[in-house]
Amino acid sequence: MDPARFTRVDGTTWRVEPSGTMRVPVIIYADENLIQDMDDKVFEQAVNVARLPGIVQASYVMPDAHWGYGFPIGGVAAFDPDRGGVISAGGVGFDISCGVRTMLTGLSVADILPVQKQLADSLFHQIPAGVGSESAITLDAAEMDAMLAKGAHWAVARGWGEMRDLERIEEQGRMVGARPDCVSDRAKERQRREMGTLGSGNHYLEVQAVAEIFDTAVADAFGLAQDGVVVTIHCGSRGLGHQIGTEFLKEMVVTAKEVGIDLPDRELACAPIDSEVGQRYLGAMRAAINCALANREILGHYVRRVFAHFFPDNDLRLLFDVSHNTCKVERHLVDGKRRDLFVHRKGATRAFGPEHESLPAALRPVGQPVLIGGSMGTGSYVLVGETTSEAKAFSSACHGAGRALSRHAALKQWSGRKIVDDLASQGILIRSPSTRGVAEEAPGAYKDVGAVVAAAEHAGLARSVARLRPLICIKG
Amino acid sequence: MTISSALPTEQRREWEHFPHDADVGLRGWGATPAEAFEQAALALMAIVTQAEVNPEIAVRLKCEAPDLELLFVEWLNAIIYEMAVRNMLFGRFLVRIENDRLEGTLWGEPVDVERHAPACEPKGATYTALRVAKDTDGRWSAACIVDV
Repeated sequence: MDPARFTRVDGTTWRVEPSGTMRVPVIIYADENLIQDMDDKVFEQAVNVARLPGIVQASYVMPDAHWGYGFPIGGVAAFDPDRGGVISAGGVGFDISCGVRTMLTGLSVADILPVQKQLADSLFHQIPAGVGSESAITLDAAEMDAMLAKGAHWAVARGWGEMRDLERIEEQGRMVGARPDCVSDRAKERQRREMGTLGSGNHYLEVQAVAEIFDTAVADAFGLAQDGVVVTIHCGSRGLGHQIGTEFLKEMVVTAKEVGIDLPDRELACAPIDSEVGQRYLGAMRAAINCALANREILGHYVRRVFAHFFPDNDLRLLFDVSHNTCKVERHLVDGKRRDLFVHRKGATRAFGPEHESLPAALRPVGQPVLIGGSMGTGSYVLVGETTSEAKAFSSACHGAGRALSRHAALKQWSGRKIVDDLASQGILIRSPSTRGVAEEAPGAYKDVGAVVAAAEHAGLARSVARLRPLICIKG
Repeated sequence: MTISSALPTEQRREWEHFPHDADVGLRGWGATPAEAFEQAALALMAIVTQAEVNPEIAVRLKCEAPDLELLFVEWLNAIIYEMAVRNMLFGRFLVRIENDRLEGTLWGEPVDVERHAPACEPKGATYTALRVAKDTDGRWSAACIVDV
């Protein structure tokens, strides 16, 4: 993307002033190199989002943005129900509540290394990952509805997780306002045998070492120490979320037309927040958020079980669990007044600063952990929400490195076997059912996550706390 | 409208994948929209596996939509749904289209992780880069981005 298409405000803030049917400006947070590497479609999509009814303040773009469908991945936009605001199925995406959780193991790298291979094999065998993997859990209709209504609380009540985890999960483990009755039978059928599965593509489970600490005080508060070992799980609401996304996208294309919303792109399919379809989508999407929270809680339980085999006295505590693809009602300061807004984050992380009321007591003085996924070979980052993040982008930050190369291009460039061998020589063990999948997800196919994090920090979206390097990666 | 249940002989390859930043674009060609849809379905399955998929079980499905482009997305999403709930992969496809209605038969087998080495799972077909049209050479093409 040509940076000349934007007006530069500072080193990491760029604007496109409203023109034509745009209702608000586009604001992109990135450095010049990151913008140059982005597809032109990011510009086009961010401008299209700025055209949607009821949008407040700006159409925001995070430093890891790339071409999505409708919204760019890394797009953030808030809508006001009192000003004709809309809710967009495309603004949340197919993988509803896809997100990351990081668990503290209390172990050090020296503890892991003697059993690294056995631990990798055991995690790969115990965690259902990839297409065709089978869940040990099958839900009947009543259990499905209970899971969709109660999220991680449901998982804990069934013995897949611990009570103390709940305060460390976004929404305290349960998204209020979920309506299982708004979820279709097809979506439920798609999920019946998928609880506790990791999925595929860019989803992963990693055992990681704390490689570098940037903020000792916050790292202490988070329980992160140099060479400490954590486990990070990246996955979402699986088939149920995908099916809800598919169905409501289709329905909202029709609704938008009926209520006279001129869609510049069909993928921006949306409905007024107060419409029947809008409310039904909210109920279904919140149920999908609960599905994702329950799923990550179950996977966390499986990890605990495997670790208990190798380290019988081990105690895995949850640092935090945060989603990347959601629409949440949040109270934000706009033009000097607090307003309830419907904040869409599509490939972006909620990043509440210190003293936010929703944070548990232990985290409130420092702020919310912002978990930034890397790729198999490159590092991941833990950041913390900044007070400035609210004014910058409704308390949002980037969510990962973002792809730099298509799967197509990655396959031409790398062999999965060689990547597995090269990473093994660097002490990173990859386990995956598919070497092609590994090639498509090659570390080199992703942007420099360090540059993305630096831009987010410079822009005041979140502050770096620690960098993590992978020791074991289970790919779906 | 009736659809033959006869298994088509091995289908020629007239499809391609095209690049997208995060996901995968697919395109099928054929003498008719139905043939282009069949080829696009092969392209969809090639996102998941490059291994041979044995035509052991036939699955029939129906879908409808107000126009050919929306029908194409419906078709791909219907296949994705059948893959997910049956835990199957498909290797051969037969499509009949009449007005805005489609009847399809998919032939395939349960996923064998070792043999199929599935690379990634399609979440849904999108309206991005969606195009079903008769090209200048007289052939039909059907294309869109699939979220994986």
